[in-house]
Amino acid sequence: MSSSEFLPQTQTHTRARVGGWDLLGSEISVLFRRRRTWAMLAAVALIPTLLAVAVRLSSSTLDPGEGPPFLDRVSQNGLFVGFTAMVVAIPLFLPLTIGVVAGDTIAGEASLGTLRYLLVAPTGRVRLLLIKYAGAALFCLVATLTLTVSGALIGAALFPVGPVTLLSGDTISVTESLWRSLLVAAYVTVSLLGLSMIGLFISTLTDVPVGAMAATIVVSVVAQLLDVIPQLDWLHPWLFSHYWLGFADLLRQPLDLGSFGQNAIVQVCYVAVFGALAYSRFVTKDILS
Amino acid sequence: MTGETQVQGLAIETRGLAKKFGSQTAVNGIDLMVPRGSVFGFLGPNGSGKTTSIRMLLGLSLATSGTISVLGQSMPARLHEVLPHVGALVEGPAFYPFLSGAANLRRLDTADRFAPRGTRRARVQGALERVGLSHAADKKVHAYSLGMKQRLGIANALLLPRELLVLDEPTNGLDPQGTREVRSLVHSLAAEGTTVFVSSHLLAEVEQMCTHAAVMSAGSLVAQGTLAQLRQVGESRVHLRTPDAAGALRVLTHLGLDPVLATSDAADEVVIALLGDTNWQPEAIVTALVAGGVRIRGFAIEEPSLEERFVALTGEGFDVVQ
Ligand SMILES: Nc1ncnc2c1ncn2[C@@H]1O[C@H](COP(=O)(O)OP(=O)(O)O)[C@@H](O)[C@H]1O
Ligand SMILES: [Mg+2]
Repeated sequence: MSSSEFLPQTQTHTRARVGGWDLLGSEISVLFRRRRTWAMLAAVALIPTLLAVAVRLSSSTLDPGEGPPFLDRVSQNGLFVGFTAMVVAIPLFLPLTIGVVAGDTIAGEASLGTLRYLLVAPTGRVRLLLIKYAGAALFCLVATLTLTVSGALIGAALFPVGPVTLLSGDTISVTESLWRSLLVAAYVTVSLLGLSMIGLFISTLTDVPVGAMAATIVVSVVAQLLDVIPQLDWLHPWLFSHYWLGFADLLRQPLDLGSFGQNAIVQVCYVAVFGALAYSRFVTKDILS
Repeated sequence: MTGETQVQGLAIETRGLAKKFGSQTAVNGIDLMVPRGSVFGFLGPNGSGKTTSIRMLLGLSLATSGTISVLGQSMPARLHEVLPHVGALVEGPAFYPFLSGAANLRRLDTADRFAPRGTRRARVQGALERVGLSHAADKKVHAYSLGMKQRLGIANALLLPRELLVLDEPTNGLDPQGTREVRSLVHSLAAEGTTVFVSSHLLAEVEQMCTHAAVMSAGSLVAQGTLAQLRQVGESRVHLRTPDAAGALRVLTHLGLDPVLATSDAADEVVIALLGDTNWQPEAIVTALVAGGVRIRGFAIEEPSLEERFVALTGEGFDVVQ
């Protein structure tokens, strides 16, 4: 190469941006190529399955109101399997899987050492945070849909399916009830968005993914504990877990979207606050892993 | 620096670059000057601050003080303009163990917004070929040996043509064959006009691969320049084997040298004297010794080796700098 190509400092030209958001696609494909992700989704699908099988095998019929909400109705109508499973999964099991995925976002890359290679590629730090959050949010959606779909399938397989009698006493068609199931899945997905951002923030604090996962799960448990302490009732509407079980409102006629809205507002607040914290922490973080 | 390198500009320039971890100073105000087009060896024992400096050069960690310019632009302020032209291997390779080698490279390539999607597969394949990993492209990385991971790490730095390559200890974990391959790869990249900044704790490696070098010791830059310049700093010396040490010391002192009695092994004693800036020719010294009645059993002028220089600068042995 001739020396004329070693021009002084002005030589470095700006390369055209061509890649766009390819990393988002890559992030999603890596997330869903991991065995761990599939194991968690399989476990999520197992919840309605176990529930339905247990109800099917037990001879004793439940009195109305006994056991988790809707459980007494499962044997009459398979469409209740999904709702019941959601009620069972939302306090602990779904937060657990979200804790694993969101806690792993940055800390996982740091512990592998790939974080430094992503950043020198260069991936902007803000862009990486956004992509990691998008991946975690997508996982929330996939997990709740997995639960909903597997609930509907196992319910239809083991029990009669017919028009659903709602909490309000009204009856809706099977098609309508399937739409309501999807609405419940959307509600639960939204419910988990705040926790996902908390997990992302915690993940920027450490290079140990297991620590970030555990801390995120602990946060979700603590929030639910605080929610049952009456002395703290001023705090309750601001806990990200406060409306987690509010999707029962979606099973009324006419449809009540009030708690959906309130839930969304709380989640947006958490996303904004913890997003800002994650941003301020991560853009100045020394990458020493 | 020579006038020539000033015309070409510097690929990396730091001023007073320092990094503290708490009270510990890992990098202590270094002024690096890496000319464009050079193969620059960043030499220093373990713990001397090489990786810490490289992290700062690449904007991974923030300098405690000092300024950095890479490819003529200030870092980390212009990181997004600079890094697309830089390929890097930092503190060893790192990959997703559950993905294949090729999938890992594709993943890291998507992270580069300036890497065209259309050519991705071809570029990944080309990079794998260049480091001799084509046969293992579809193997999961957890089944790679350390040397294979190291090659994959180098391939990652080569996914696009770069103006500057920063390779932190690229031959770690490689067998002699792999080390030779890396050396010839670096040579061919340099021939294409890429500036290569390569860190190492092995002097021999730097001597074989580099045109320039800087020597780090305990966080400080203790020497830098072309290899020839670094060698010149050392002095030639007389190495004399004789049974008449006392006479030899007398004669050499008389010549204006500063002789010392080195270890005497068997019958003979060894006298060593630095030539310094005296201009004595070897034959004149021998003549003077013989005239002084000194019996000479061995006489040599030893040229300074880079190794001595390195040891003198950084200390001997395996002491890891605390
Ligand atoms: N994350 C860290 N925290 C505290 N000290 C560190 C950290 N990273 C490196 N150091 C210290 O900085 C010094 C230089 O380390 P490093 O740059 O890795 O050396 P090298 O790459 O030359 O072997 C060492 O003394 C090391 O202990
Ligand atoms: Mg190092």
